[in-house]
Amino acid sequence: MTVHTPIYLDYSATTPVDPRVAEKMIPYITEHFGNPASRSHPFGWTAEQAVEEARDEVAKLVNADPREIVWTSGATESNNLAIKGAANFYSGTKGKHIITVQTEHKAVIDAVRELERQGFTATYLAPEPNGLIDLEKFKAAIQPDTVLASVMFVNNEIGVIQDITAIGNICRENNIIFHVDAAQATGKVDIDLEKLPVDLMSFSAHKTYGPKGIGALYVRRKPRIRIEAQMHGGGHERGMRSGTLATHQIVGMGEAFRIARLEMKAENLQVRRLRDRLLAGLEEIDEVYVNGDMDHRVPHNLNISFNFVEGESLIMAVKDIAVSSGSACTSASLEPSYVLRALGRSDELAHSSIRFSIGRFTTEEDVDYTIALMKSKIGKLRELSPLWEMHLDGIDLSKVEWAAH
Amino acid sequence: MAYSDKVLDHYENPRNVGTLDKNDPQVGTGMVGAPACGDVMKLQIKVNESGIIEDAKFKTYGCGSAIASSSLVTEWLKGKTLDQAAEIKNSAIAEELALPPVKIHCSVLAEDAIKAAVADLKSKQPA
Amino acid sequence: MHSNPIFLDNNGTTLLDPRVLEVMLPYLSNQYGNATSRHSFGRAARQALDQAREQVAEACGAHPSQVIFTASGTESDNFAIAGMAGDEQKQIAVSAIEHPAITRPAFAMRAYGHRVGVIAADQFGVVDSNSLEVALEKPTSLISVMLANNETGVIQNIAQLAEIAKSKGALIHTDAVQALGKIPVNFDALGVNAMTVSSHKINGPQGAGALILDKRVDIKPLLHGGGQERGLRSGTENVAAIVGFGAACALIKNEMEQRANITKLLRDTLEKNLKSLGGSIFGDKATRLPNTSFFAFNQIEGETLVMALDRKGFAVASGSACSSDSTEPSHVLMAMGVAPDLARGAVRVSFGANNTSEQLNAFLAVINDEVNRLRQLTAVTI
Repeated sequence: MTVHTPIYLDYSATTPVDPRVAEKMIPYITEHFGNPASRSHPFGWTAEQAVEEARDEVAKLVNADPREIVWTSGATESNNLAIKGAANFYSGTKGKHIITVQTEHKAVIDAVRELERQGFTATYLAPEPNGLIDLEKFKAAIQPDTVLASVMFVNNEIGVIQDITAIGNICRENNIIFHVDAAQATGKVDIDLEKLPVDLMSFSAHKTYGPKGIGALYVRRKPRIRIEAQMHGGGHERGMRSGTLATHQIVGMGEAFRIARLEMKAENLQVRRLRDRLLAGLEEIDEVYVNGDMDHRVPHNLNISFNFVEGESLIMAVKDIAVSSGSACTSASLEPSYVLRALGRSDELAHSSIRFSIGRFTTEEDVDYTIALMKSKIGKLRELSPLWEMHLDGIDLSKVEWAAH
Repeated sequence: MAYSDKVLDHYENPRNVGTLDKNDPQVGTGMVGAPACGDVMKLQIKVNESGIIEDAKFKTYGCGSAIASSSLVTEWLKGKTLDQAAEIKNSAIAEELALPPVKIHCSVLAEDAIKAAVADLKSKQPA
Repeated sequence: MHSNPIFLDNNGTTLLDPRVLEVMLPYLSNQYGNATSRHSFGRAARQALDQAREQVAEACGAHPSQVIFTASGTESDNFAIAGMAGDEQKQIAVSAIEHPAITRPAFAMRAYGHRVGVIAADQFGVVDSNSLEVALEKPTSLISVMLANNETGVIQNIAQLAEIAKSKGALIHTDAVQALGKIPVNFDALGVNAMTVSSHKINGPQGAGALILDKRVDIKPLLHGGGQERGLRSGTENVAAIVGFGAACALIKNEMEQRANITKLLRDTLEKNLKSLGGSIFGDKATRLPNTSFFAFNQIEGETLVMALDRKGFAVASGSACSSDSTEPSHVLMAMGVAPDLARGAVRVSFGANNTSEQLNAFLAVINDEVNRLRQLTAVTI
């Protein structure tokens, strides 16, 4: 088997639509068109039936009742709807304080920031250096008026898995609504919402081999959780979310989640084997640091910092593999990843990090090619690096007085 | 990632990578930037008896434009006097490499590195 | 149920054009990058979005930088209302014939201290400038009047209303979801600050819409997060749907006139027949979309007629699809002062360019039979 470059190792950014999912979707774009809210003609009925079958599949993957699943345009909307919807609904009775974590996805952080502008207060918990939350610190952040906590299941950058059961139990004891962003978790970790003490959970299709532009929000029925709609109109989704549903995308999400339910166990074993192979290969390079806890982590993710190599030149060097780097390119400057910063990583190590995310279609050849490429490119860049030279000379770079620039 | 062909060329095939003996009285070393800023440039020049730069070497920790800027100036420096070297302006570097506005600082850093290397060399030599 | 029902509800949604599907398919298979990624997969997705943005802009008479992609017309409407209402607790004025995607978010803004004013429509379904001036006697931050009505197809003089709105310092939004692709739409010429358009009403896929926005307007995002769409609409872009939206917009340029001719001929033939059957046609004294007919027969329930037509294999709508759960007469007809009994009979036929005269002839035969049959049933019960 030959390797086709660029090799896609960015499954946490988005996944290809599984061909089986695409096949199921296509008829709903072409033949079974119809607005599912149109009750008066069979075009609408077929669409509605397909939408409800997909809802069943999404519910099954996370062991929920289909009536607890609300369609949205994606995890960003789910997160916005859950956080603003619950905070607004319960602020009058419970209070206006929110707890979340510094390493959450921007959709959570920015939704909470928006609520702060509306008069809420918020605590952004710092994670431990391994990316996990210290439960005692979480407890300490609770205030009498805490209404909502939002903690992601699996981190998108470092792949660490939070102890959702423990955090949820603390929330239950303190009468706090608990939202979990599970966009990166579906198909990777077992989710059983009958057992998990979670009130609201966000899902995305395109992180689990489904199409972009579709997601869902789980809204618990027992005990019943209420949210204020953020999108108003025809009253779709029992009034929680209006707007014409894209039937083919919903069908795609249902099929993607069905496949995930059936195949995740075997797939995770294969992915883990490849990830461990990648890690073993990369660890042969000097001065590499894994970001995030390795035990409480999805097998798909490997986030590594390559010391003494600058981030942007690293990205240029690895253009044969499609990966994400630890720096977000803003218009004027290179910002180090806020997630890695929250772990206490230096800016230099944050900049020189790469997130490799492995998935369903990754092969052993892909991994081996990647290891060889990284070894060669890191070697070349370090040859160029005065910092590497100083390091080899035994100079402690933290003690060097750098000329201000 | 709109790098010019010249930046890509210098990045792929950097010229004059290496290290000169910094204790050599004929060698001037300039190190500018800081790791926290994302750029560290080390530029070294070696002059002959007539005061002409006969060799230049660099090592750079930084983005492609920073690597290209330092690689380019090592080419330009060879054959110049120290005074001529000190006249190299960042604008010329930026123009030659077609650096976008957000990368102008890389050319500034290269100019600073030249100045620092020249100053270091002058401080070593009797006036 | 017939195996191949004939679809005459093109204001509800439209058949995806096969040429559009073809353009989309790669983005459902090997072109799967996330447009925010910087690697080649991401850049390919970004380029596809850029092209779609240009295509949508051209169809709307706007600049590409004025196009903000959303997931639907409903989202665009919600975004415009919630985002442009402003922090001052002024009035939001919406016309009496707006879609619920405008009126519901407007009423939801009352929770933030805004007042909702209703701009009246006349018996022809036209929102006239006098009604707007009356509404604007109260301090108003935002006005929303749709360009073409989804039920009657009546087209409003938005440019004139925009002049008035501006003279009073109010922002104006128009929902152009039904107008795009059926009549020329020019954001610049309309003079509005924001305009909603939607993909699945123009033979594009469901799942994509846009808000065309004057960049000088200070708008608040509805969705916060990754900062896509200049920070105004976060969320991973639905590349396939947006590409399809762009392709559907590109087709409008060459095909709109032809589509209008085809559908207008079908519509006018239908209405001649309906009139001879004694039907009332709503809004036909005003300028209308070429494809839309909204009508009723005295003493025949709209829902009953729709179901009867459905059994014969024709898909039409009673009122608007989005409110078809309710048995209330159409709010559009109520605004026009139509008697509630007649309004309950309302049925909407909306043609697409793929409908044929053979389909129409079959439909005419069926509706003649059904109307006569239902009239007899009604007569018996009296």
